[in-house]
Amino acid sequence: MSERNWNRQRVGKIAIPLAAWIIGLIFVTPILYMVLTSLHAPHDAQTYPPSWGAPLTLDNYGGLFSSANPITPALINSVITSVISTLLVLALAIPAAYALAIRPVRRWSDAMFFFLSTKMLPMVAGILPLYLFTTQVIKMPDNVIILILIYTAMNLPIAVWMMRSFLAEVPPAIIEAASIDGASTMRILTRIVAPIAMPGVAATSLICFIFAWNEQLYAKVLTSVAAQTGPVFVNTLIQTEHAYLAELAAGATLISLPVLIAGFAAQDKLVQGLSLGAVK
Amino acid sequence: MASVTADLPAAAKPAASRPPEAYKKWGRESWKRRAPLLPALVFLIVVTQLPFVATLVMSFMSWSAQPDAPEKSFAGLDNFKTVFTTAAYRGAVLTTIEMTVVVVGVSALLALGIAMLLNHAFIGRGVVRTMMIAPFLIVPIAAAVFWGNGILMTGFGLVDGVLGQLGVPGAQDIAFLTDHPKLAIEIELIWQWTPFMMLILLAGLQSQDPEVLEAASIDGCNGWQTFVHMTLPHVRRYLELSVVLGTIFIVQNFDSVLGMTGGLNSTNIPYAVYETFYSAKDYGVASALGVVVVVGSLIIATFALRVVSSLLEEEN
Repeated sequence: MSERNWNRQRVGKIAIPLAAWIIGLIFVTPILYMVLTSLHAPHDAQTYPPSWGAPLTLDNYGGLFSSANPITPALINSVITSVISTLLVLALAIPAAYALAIRPVRRWSDAMFFFLSTKMLPMVAGILPLYLFTTQVIKMPDNVIILILIYTAMNLPIAVWMMRSFLAEVPPAIIEAASIDGASTMRILTRIVAPIAMPGVAATSLICFIFAWNEQLYAKVLTSVAAQTGPVFVNTLIQTEHAYLAELAAGATLISLPVLIAGFAAQDKLVQGLSLGAVK
Repeated sequence: MASVTADLPAAAKPAASRPPEAYKKWGRESWKRRAPLLPALVFLIVVTQLPFVATLVMSFMSWSAQPDAPEKSFAGLDNFKTVFTTAAYRGAVLTTIEMTVVVVGVSALLALGIAMLLNHAFIGRGVVRTMMIAPFLIVPIAAAVFWGNGILMTGFGLVDGVLGQLGVPGAQDIAFLTDHPKLAIEIELIWQWTPFMMLILLAGLQSQDPEVLEAASIDGCNGWQTFVHMTLPHVRRYLELSVVLGTIFIVQNFDSVLGMTGGLNSTNIPYAVYETFYSAKDYGVASALGVVVVVGSLIIATFALRVVSSLLEEEN
């Protein structure tokens, strides 16, 4: 090995990890600062320059739950809309993905691309008719049911694409063999398909949950008090009179925790979900 | 209507997983096979496509919900005229384009660099990868309000504070959100979307055959040559995918504008739609804006579908 090459290798051994660590730290700094701010007393959180060493406290989190306008109902609404819409998505997406992946449907790719194209259109373009429909036609404003339906439709294309790519991993030969041996469709589904597809169902659920949990535009427009969700509530924590930043940081951290947990749990499947199943 | 049928080349049509003989049993059997698709299709059409049709119809109507507004009537192309001749709406269209180009461009380059770093084995790679993903796992509106109030806020924000501690004169008075609102939003969006693109590109890099790279280095290619002739062509499609998907998501961005600047000198189309119907209550113009953003997205989506179908073709 030449002298120059050896030097280059040594530089790579140090420079690459160093650069990666520095960039990683830059990207995570805003989050760490948000958590730190949420653990400072309100008057310590809003100083120039930042009071790095101020005493830590959990009071802001306590305050979110015990203030005159607590975060609890909004969190409950977020859980209800995210969980129920995710279950609905699975109920609709699994049969569809099965039809597309395991039993060939004529022109299946057209159906797939139709699903995908609906995801690519800006949701904001459909909001006005949905707003008028809920407030003036069915007169059910400020209601979680309408949010659940919208989130279900929002996540359905992602779920169909993801589930199809998971179900496509089931070797058709096994299913052929089982049906020749006289196994019923139900038995094939429960004994052969389900075990292979289960991790995929879990990952799909987590990703649909994250997207529903994050959604804010429809939640803001279609709810006011009763059906308000976590993301909408956090926006109301911005104040002008007194020191509000610590409580705002606590609210922002609190509603992000479930997403962080779900995201890290589905880390290896995250790419597949976010790229609509196009990347394994 | 509001769906896309990409005119894919025949080769790009993903092949079904079974030979065509399977279709020969036509009739009852084929409907039995299609039935599981129907609930999802019908649900999607009702909840997502009908509103688009309604928006299209409303975009040709003069319809305002202001108390003193005239009755609803047919307006022809007036709303579209308003959108393209009013400075504020034209500005929203331009802002959307500017934000999307800047954020997607910078994020894609950063993501490619970071993905290449993370493609090497080193101590703590898993930790760095986790740190890199984290920004994408913060609720977007929560990230936006904290960037706007805790990081870029004049005075007590993190950036002004750190600049002050580094001895930058007048750091306490730097007002990113009011002086450079678009830049502030772009920085926050780059922070949020680079991880997403990085994940896709890293998956692409890791699907590259290491033997190919080894062969290249044995044949005496230097790092740059290997990158240009081997890595880049392989990663190209993943780069395209991350760019089109990033574009689709960033065109639709609403939360960062609402949470950071409230639209001050930084209104993009989604925010303008929201403002026009929610505050100004001009349903006709809001719908026309919605149609404009749908048409723009359809153009991008056509590219997106091509990229996805070429990746699918590879899979089969």
